[in-house]
Amino acid sequence: MSKSRFPISFSFVANRIGTFLLTVVIAATLIWVIPRMSSVDPAEAMLGRMASGAGFVENSDQILSDLRERYGLNEPMLQQYFSYLRNLVVFDFGVSVASFPTPVSQLIAGALPWTLGLMIVSIILSFVIGNAAGAYLAWEETPRLWKVAIPAAMIFTSIPPILSGLLLMWLFSTQLQWLPLSGSYGLNATPGLNWEFIFSVIEHGTLPVLSIVIVSFGFWALGMRGLLATVQGQDYVRLASTKGLKPRYILYRYMVRNAILPQVTALSLKIGLMVSGQILVESIFSYNGMGKLLYDAILDQDFPVIQGISFVVILMTAISVLIVDLLYPLIDPRIRLEGGRS
Amino acid sequence: MTPPLLGPKAKKYLLLKFDSPWLNRKLLVGLAILFTFLLFGLLGRFFWNTDLVFIGSSPLNLPPAGFENLRGQAGVGAHPLGTESAGRDMLALMIVGAPNTLFVGIIASVIGIAIGIVLGFSAGFIGGRVDAVIRVTSDVMITIPPLMVLVVFQTSIGEIGIVMMGVLLSTFMWQSPTRLIRSQVLTMREEGYVRMARLSGATTSDIMFKELLPNLMPYLFGSFIAILTTAIVTAVGLEVLGLGPQRVPTLGRAIYEAIASAALLKNMWWWWGIPTALLATMFIGLLMINLGLDEVSNPRLRKL
Repeated sequence: MSKSRFPISFSFVANRIGTFLLTVVIAATLIWVIPRMSSVDPAEAMLGRMASGAGFVENSDQILSDLRERYGLNEPMLQQYFSYLRNLVVFDFGVSVASFPTPVSQLIAGALPWTLGLMIVSIILSFVIGNAAGAYLAWEETPRLWKVAIPAAMIFTSIPPILSGLLLMWLFSTQLQWLPLSGSYGLNATPGLNWEFIFSVIEHGTLPVLSIVIVSFGFWALGMRGLLATVQGQDYVRLASTKGLKPRYILYRYMVRNAILPQVTALSLKIGLMVSGQILVESIFSYNGMGKLLYDAILDQDFPVIQGISFVVILMTAISVLIVDLLYPLIDPRIRLEGGRS
Repeated sequence: MTPPLLGPKAKKYLLLKFDSPWLNRKLLVGLAILFTFLLFGLLGRFFWNTDLVFIGSSPLNLPPAGFENLRGQAGVGAHPLGTESAGRDMLALMIVGAPNTLFVGIIASVIGIAIGIVLGFSAGFIGGRVDAVIRVTSDVMITIPPLMVLVVFQTSIGEIGIVMMGVLLSTFMWQSPTRLIRSQVLTMREEGYVRMARLSGATTSDIMFKELLPNLMPYLFGSFIAILTTAIVTAVGLEVLGLGPQRVPTLGRAIYEAIASAALLKNMWWWWGIPTALLATMFIGLLMINLGLDEVSNPRLRKL
């Protein structure tokens, strides 16, 4: 149908990538400006750490000026800002204060795969389960049992996942002892491609994923229910059923297919909240991801790590939003043909 | 196969068609829950000694009345919800903490919705460059997770109070109302009654406040409840990380202290369980209100 060889118009992609870059730059600027509003001198704070560790620091003035030199605190603000941006491009966030010479990027690189894995699994599960549940809620042919069971399962909707996490942890780990309490894999599993490790990862990931999915799928279900209610009774749905198509086929290929578009837009708006909820879940489950790293960094007042995590999480969110936005034209042919944005 | 146009439920609604859609059951239940919450916090302090929120004011680690802790101590009537490891009475902690958590959210969302109304109407009405700037800014700001920026803020600036926390949160709460109002205004301004008003010489502010605003009401309330939920979720998240207001008790902070003291392993379920249950009730109340408002703005949902 489409005359153009490319499925998505160039201006659409340029527009989305522009917004993405703007988001990242503004976020980076925010987390650079905020600490500079504080009256605390980072060099003195670092010296304070040393003093509290050793009790006494010799030639502290010398160290102070060295630290200032090393972190470029004597340079003009604008120059500091641009060198900060330059460093961000190569993911150089400086070194951790708590575990001193380790670069922050190394700490984050170790945590990133866990967070990313948890994020992808939980977002996809909650989106798919939620939309299916919502479609069954509004559909006229749904068995009665489902119409009662689905709303009952949605009782936790909009509760922060950290609370459902605590409840699930208490129920399944301390009371029933079915699933492990914390960590992302067992002590006797060696990381690598072996069944023991994979099983252990799934076992440890179940509760964190579950605690995110049970509180977030209801949001998609409610959205889908509302959208399907507007699709139901449309002429093309009636026509499809008069043609004698199977009701289930009509539900998926006619009703859900048309109702799903605003849900995808909602997904790109919701990712940020889901990611921050997940960071908190990781911190209570001591999951080896960014959440635990952040929790420890806050306890240690390890500012470079906090700043690095904050930037990477925002970047991750922005990339996910960009991916969802770029996928959107593939499921909505109108945008593919016209190049606009709904 | 085609179902009758009006099911039994829809017929019931037809009979009640003189009832206002605002009086639907979900909305009322949700409001009742939230109202009970406020009353619990506001009136609770007249019935219970709130000095018991201070550290060391009560015996340590007592379970709620009628239960036993791991050391075999039984709960006492003087501390019906038990006490925690720093010697604070749970009931007093909840009475003082619950409204604080709600207030943070309300401050943030009131400011957020006010900014949203101004920006949304400006974008929808003025259009052009103003619209472009507002649209791009809200697109950008809606992607940034508030929690991450606020964590940076808290760890570098430190100590903040309830009001400051609400104001900080509000910087992330105006985007979705702005977008919603903008898109509603864009569709509504082309409708007959607005054109009619314009032709009969109504001023722009008259059109905004007398023609559009009443029609936007259910959306505005819905948006308000949605950002209230988001604000409380974010506030609780910060508190659970040990940030947020430090000098006043909040529900999230109680959970933070419970986790930090390994209350889960010590089986002190009342310490984290009671604030969790209270927060969960608050969120269920907000969800009910949201569902009720959905029925006001989308009449098709009423017969489902």
